[in-house]
Amino acid sequence: MRRSLRAVLLGVLGVLLVAAVWDLYKAFGPEQGVLVGERVLILPRASDLAMPHTWEMVQRLFEPATGLRGAPTALEAVLEASGFTLSIAAKGWAIGVAVGLLLALLMSRFKLAESGLLPWVVLSQTVPLIAIAPLVRRWGAQIEFGSFTWENEHSVALIAAYLAFFPVAVGGLRGLKSPARTHVELMHTYGVGWWRTLITLRLPASVPFLLPALRLAAASAVIGSVVAEVSIGLRGGIGRMVVEYAQSAGGDPAKAWAPIFGAVAVGLVAAGAVGLLTLALRPFRLTETSR
Amino acid sequence: MTLTDPVPHNGPDNGSDTGPDTGPDTGPNTGPNTGPNTGPPAVAAIEVVGVDRVFRRRRDEVVALSDVTVSVAAGEFVSLIGPSGCGKSTLLRLVADLDTPTSGTISVFGKTTRQARRDQDYGIAFQQAGLLPWRTVASNIELPLKLHGVGAAERRARSSELLELVGLQDFGRHHPDQLSGGMQQRVAIARALAESPRLLLMDEPFGALDEITRERMQNELVRICRETSAAVLFVTHSIPEAVFLSDRVVVMSPRPGRIVDIVKAGGAEMGTSHERTDEVRDAAGFFHTVAAVREHLHGVPVNGARGVESR
Repeated sequence: MRRSLRAVLLGVLGVLLVAAVWDLYKAFGPEQGVLVGERVLILPRASDLAMPHTWEMVQRLFEPATGLRGAPTALEAVLEASGFTLSIAAKGWAIGVAVGLLLALLMSRFKLAESGLLPWVVLSQTVPLIAIAPLVRRWGAQIEFGSFTWENEHSVALIAAYLAFFPVAVGGLRGLKSPARTHVELMHTYGVGWWRTLITLRLPASVPFLLPALRLAAASAVIGSVVAEVSIGLRGGIGRMVVEYAQSAGGDPAKAWAPIFGAVAVGLVAAGAVGLLTLALRPFRLTETSR
Repeated sequence: MTLTDPVPHNGPDNGSDTGPDTGPDTGPNTGPNTGPNTGPPAVAAIEVVGVDRVFRRRRDEVVALSDVTVSVAAGEFVSLIGPSGCGKSTLLRLVADLDTPTSGTISVFGKTTRQARRDQDYGIAFQQAGLLPWRTVASNIELPLKLHGVGAAERRARSSELLELVGLQDFGRHHPDQLSGGMQQRVAIARALAESPRLLLMDEPFGALDEITRERMQNELVRICRETSAAVLFVTHSIPEAVFLSDRVVVMSPRPGRIVDIVKAGGAEMGTSHERTDEVRDAAGFFHTVAAVREHLHGVPVNGARGVESR
């Protein structure tokens, strides 16, 4: 209990420290930044436009988002957009994890699948998101069966999944192949087949490899959703909001920071959710002890 | 197999001779090989006949085992000893059906090794304890039972029985990482015994332990074998360990892996493998047998050493 309290206090202290450094620089840093030569800016401008006071950013959260009558506060708008993005990222994460695990299983079961698939899995991550986003949207638009029609929302979730599956596939494969030879041979001497070896030995042994992969997948899913919202042009999420609010930065510099805080919050919540999963799987985190 | 043992009346029984001191009945507790008058000879635990094992890596051929013939009687303790590369572990793996011989036959209790593995006729322990770190000690021991559909209550009863046998009754709920190396190895032995096999295969189970723990574990193993009367095939590279534990010591040499000789460890001072105590370590017969094994390992011919079997 005391340790967790300490962790919370240290966390808060860290945030306050960043805020303090920000405002100290703003107070003492040069208005035009520090230039090397004509063009290379090595320290940022400390102007109000580039660096609003931290308290102004916080204050701005509680003011109306737009000039319209009855507009919600910026905080409410950001929270709503964050929730929207988070739900898309969660769907993308779930799909990505499922696909990643399936691929890992397939690759660990068949040597041929591993040598055939793994290069493609790696290659898939070198394709820039901005290039595939419009493609996904166009292909998706042609999908229609029954009452189901493909929405832009689905395209965003798919792209989030596209980023999320990678760490799970690679980490899962390593984890499934991690049991020592002694363990595998022991299962063989018990005369149990692949399936039961998987359940009894390989899956539990892969947990220490899977947990960081799942966390990485959560972060990737959030980034994927935010970027895909922008490149597909999906309204309602935090990605689009970042772009919209940035446009008003000229007259209202603190406002642009509100959705950025929202994006950070989404990332933290996603990582925290996976952290809960870590707690549930704690027994399996015990590392190899019997050499 | 020709016997050059100087003691008479030890004739061609079923190959499980336990030494010259077993002639008259020495009591009910001397294990299963108390002589030919206990009924028809039981089927051998392990029967290895003319086994070769050749590993082919690209164009290289490594002869790991060449024309190996050896048998282990029911209840007998047989050690395989030799320098690394002599194929002793390979032979054990062949018996365990973790590998297949290139030629020759191996039967375990009269069955093929594959059938014996499926029937769980043997328990196995390796140099690494190989416990699953996420399972408690008790559930590690219960693992083979669980995989073979034994009910929870029966499993629990068996594991507490085995924990007592290996002297770890207070550690059932611990996890393997809370145990020392020696204790982990005891758990591994308990797990190998879970299904009451009539045969134990042990591949240098004490190889990673310090000398003191090692001797204590050897004493424990003698007691366990006496209480379970299982046959044991034991791979080691320690001569005293092999001599202390065994009824017979199979001495092997490398390149190609083959059997040099089979040395009998027994006699008046040593008794059968079930009768060993710490005093045996100081007995003259023990030292003689150790010397005999050592001479075979170093390739020096032995003339008329006591308790030696030549092939």
